[in-house]
Amino acid sequence: MRIAAGVLGAAALLLPVLSPDPSFLNIGVFTLMYVGLATAWNISGGYTGYVSLGHAGFFGLGAYTLGLMLGHLRVPGGYAPFLVVPVVGLVTAALALPVGWIALRTRAATFVIVTIAFMFMLQILATNLRPVTGGSQGLGFPVPQGWSPAFVDVPFYYAMLALALLALAISWALRRSQIGLGLLAIRDDEDRALAHGVPTWALKIGAFAVSAGLVGMIGGVYGYYVTYVYPQFVIDPLIGISMVLMAFLGGAGTIAGPVLGALLLEPAQLELAYFAGSARLYLVLYAAVFLAVMLLLPRGIIPSLAARIESWQAAARRA
Amino acid sequence: MSGLVVGAAMLGVLTGGVYALMASGLTLIFGVMRIINVGHGALVVLGAYLSFALLRGLHIDPFLGLAVTMPAMFAIGLVLELLFIRPLRTDREALSVLVTYALALGIEGVLGYLFSSDFQQLRVWYQTASFAVGGFGVAYVYVFGFLLSIAVLAALGALLYATTFGASIRATMLNRSAAQLIGIDVERVSAITFGIGMATAAVGGVVFGITNAFNPGSHYDLISRLLTIIVLGGLGSLKGAIVAAVLMLVIEDVTAVVVSPTWAAFTFFALLVLILITRPQGLYGLRAREGT
Amino acid sequence: MSLLEVSDLAKRFGGVVAVDSCSLTVAVDSITGLIGPNGSGKTTLFDLVTGFLQPDAGRVTFQSTAITGLPPDRVHRLGIGRTFQLARVFPRLTVLENLLVPVHRRGLAALLPGAGSEARHARAMLEFLGLAELAGEPAGRLSYGQRKLLELGAVMMSRPRLVLLDEPAGGVNPGLLERIAASIRELNAQGVTFLIVEHNMGFVMDLCDAVVVMDRGRPIASGSPAQVRANPAVLNAYLGA
Repeated sequence: MRIAAGVLGAAALLLPVLSPDPSFLNIGVFTLMYVGLATAWNISGGYTGYVSLGHAGFFGLGAYTLGLMLGHLRVPGGYAPFLVVPVVGLVTAALALPVGWIALRTRAATFVIVTIAFMFMLQILATNLRPVTGGSQGLGFPVPQGWSPAFVDVPFYYAMLALALLALAISWALRRSQIGLGLLAIRDDEDRALAHGVPTWALKIGAFAVSAGLVGMIGGVYGYYVTYVYPQFVIDPLIGISMVLMAFLGGAGTIAGPVLGALLLEPAQLELAYFAGSARLYLVLYAAVFLAVMLLLPRGIIPSLAARIESWQAAARRA
Repeated sequence: MSGLVVGAAMLGVLTGGVYALMASGLTLIFGVMRIINVGHGALVVLGAYLSFALLRGLHIDPFLGLAVTMPAMFAIGLVLELLFIRPLRTDREALSVLVTYALALGIEGVLGYLFSSDFQQLRVWYQTASFAVGGFGVAYVYVFGFLLSIAVLAALGALLYATTFGASIRATMLNRSAAQLIGIDVERVSAITFGIGMATAAVGGVVFGITNAFNPGSHYDLISRLLTIIVLGGLGSLKGAIVAAVLMLVIEDVTAVVVSPTWAAFTFFALLVLILITRPQGLYGLRAREGT
Repeated sequence: MSLLEVSDLAKRFGGVVAVDSCSLTVAVDSITGLIGPNGSGKTTLFDLVTGFLQPDAGRVTFQSTAITGLPPDRVHRLGIGRTFQLARVFPRLTVLENLLVPVHRRGLAALLPGAGSEARHARAMLEFLGLAELAGEPAGRLSYGQRKLLELGAVMMSRPRLVLLDEPAGGVNPGLLERIAASIRELNAQGVTFLIVEHNMGFVMDLCDAVVVMDRGRPIASGSPAQVRANPAVLNAYLGA
């Protein structure tokens, strides 16, 4: 496991040097983006079991926050915008607190629906607050000057890599801590966790805000990468559902599951989009993959594999 | 102005009746099966396209065509339940959201393939013919849709409260395992409930298709409203779904004339948030401790 | 001296009165039994004491501090542990992790991985319960009886002063029942006070040094097991007279 992680990490670091082909790096940027998103989602959705389908709202919030800050502070294109990204994370996390305060009073299915409602509220706000956000016309980002087309993907690649690693580090540290144990206890039986003195309310809201903050930062970098965002495009329900699907494919609630899910699905999604040519066929194929994952591997690859290996070991012990 | 508000409120009640029907199907499915059918909006759109195909191909009036589309949608519901919902064993509530989301995407894709993503509308004479209420024109289709929805809702009520099968649906809603213990075939009840939900979606599709231009992607707008309605009403509560649907549409339509149409939907989402702060279980929901 | 004091506690659900001007005390270092017919308000009383329900009226005092209406996690941190009627564990956590959930750590210390002393304490607890072999298994794979034991162990992990047990003997085979009783006695000897709701009369009369009988939301008798057994009001309550 550790060796695999090391090899994967080294390969990720060196990819732009080994293969500087921009179209390849472009796939790398999006794959790392989803590694980060699925891992960040998992910190609240996977660990606590509160399945949010509205995280695309925080993704868009991050993109708009960065775009507006760059515009108002007159930050030129180049490396400087990346320095503003941590601020975006704090702003998104802070805005997620009141959202979580309301949404996390509800449980299970109601929670899912409330997160969807919040996402659509943000989408409407982004459309209606025209003087601030540019409405449906969208919002532009500064364009980096002097970065050649061959080079332009490289800084974004490393930015996404850094955010994915940050999300992973937080996810890993939490899983090993008392807080992580509390989050998983909430997922298994929230009332019982409360009876055992777990401060469930603080933990749920905290995990939700951390998760939203990370997603917001990734959204910010995404906006800067694509240079232009508008409401339906950046607060897109499909982005929200994709990160959830990846986490479930690999194994929600595990550290490596969301990473594996993103590494498998995102390149496949991009390939599928290219192969399908039309958005309609893409949707049908995407839905088919999606359904197959959910029906055949409802617990995710890593937990299913772990169970399989354990039963082999048990069989070996008996023999 | 006040005449406009009265007219808008009346329109809200009429369209609210149609949404009440669609939301009833959704909340009934939740009550019986403990799943959230995120694909409900896409199935309403599918219903609209079925009617559209009958109208364009065979010149069958959409309302009369329901004699064909309701049974067809019922059958589609049985198949979908068997293939995609029944296999879910663990973590049903969370996984069902994802699976039915995938169904919605698949239906959107297939409809796009068959009908392209151009906007369509069901064109019938009663669509534009209207009568005036306080200077506010109300098209006859809203009245027809409202009356039909009330009739279907009444039939649904009769089924639930006056038949043995309805009693087994209600028993399953109250306690699934207890229902199983007293010999109710909950799998069969679930499948038929899903089918009934689809049949109501067919009716919703007709009215939606006449009063709105729609394309395969229209389901997002529909489902976000329907889900908000059933949460506001309290998941699994038919009464809640009906009250919340009428409330939502009245508020939306009144906001549209008093403030601006762009803020209409937002007002309703904001109302949902305000109510959830004080009543996380919705208007008529029971505050049960939900285990996992 | 009393460790827990409940005075005039009341809780209504709609028109149903579940607990009605209920007053009782639990003596320090005692094993107190709480018995009564089904629906007499025993579990509701547990929920009121541990903060899962808010009382409509009345007071709860623990170690001379008012704890009425505090949230469950605060009540737990003051030193009251509880179990639930049906053996509940965290099914996807391992047996060992189940014991580490109730460990309290404040502030930044909570960000650190499980420290050695707590893990040692947890392993010792598993030895005590006879579950050491299963430390790495998901708790969802335990048998019902093993879950009951694990639940008892998890409650003990935070070293509470008072433990409320809701039907520890329910659905447990006689051999395991003896082990649970022995564990309770041993923990009691170490200074833990117990309040136990139980329907198994043999278990209660054998284990408890004081018994409170509830009927229709209020105590109708209390005293030593022998006194309670001899009280005609108790028999009437059970026979529904």
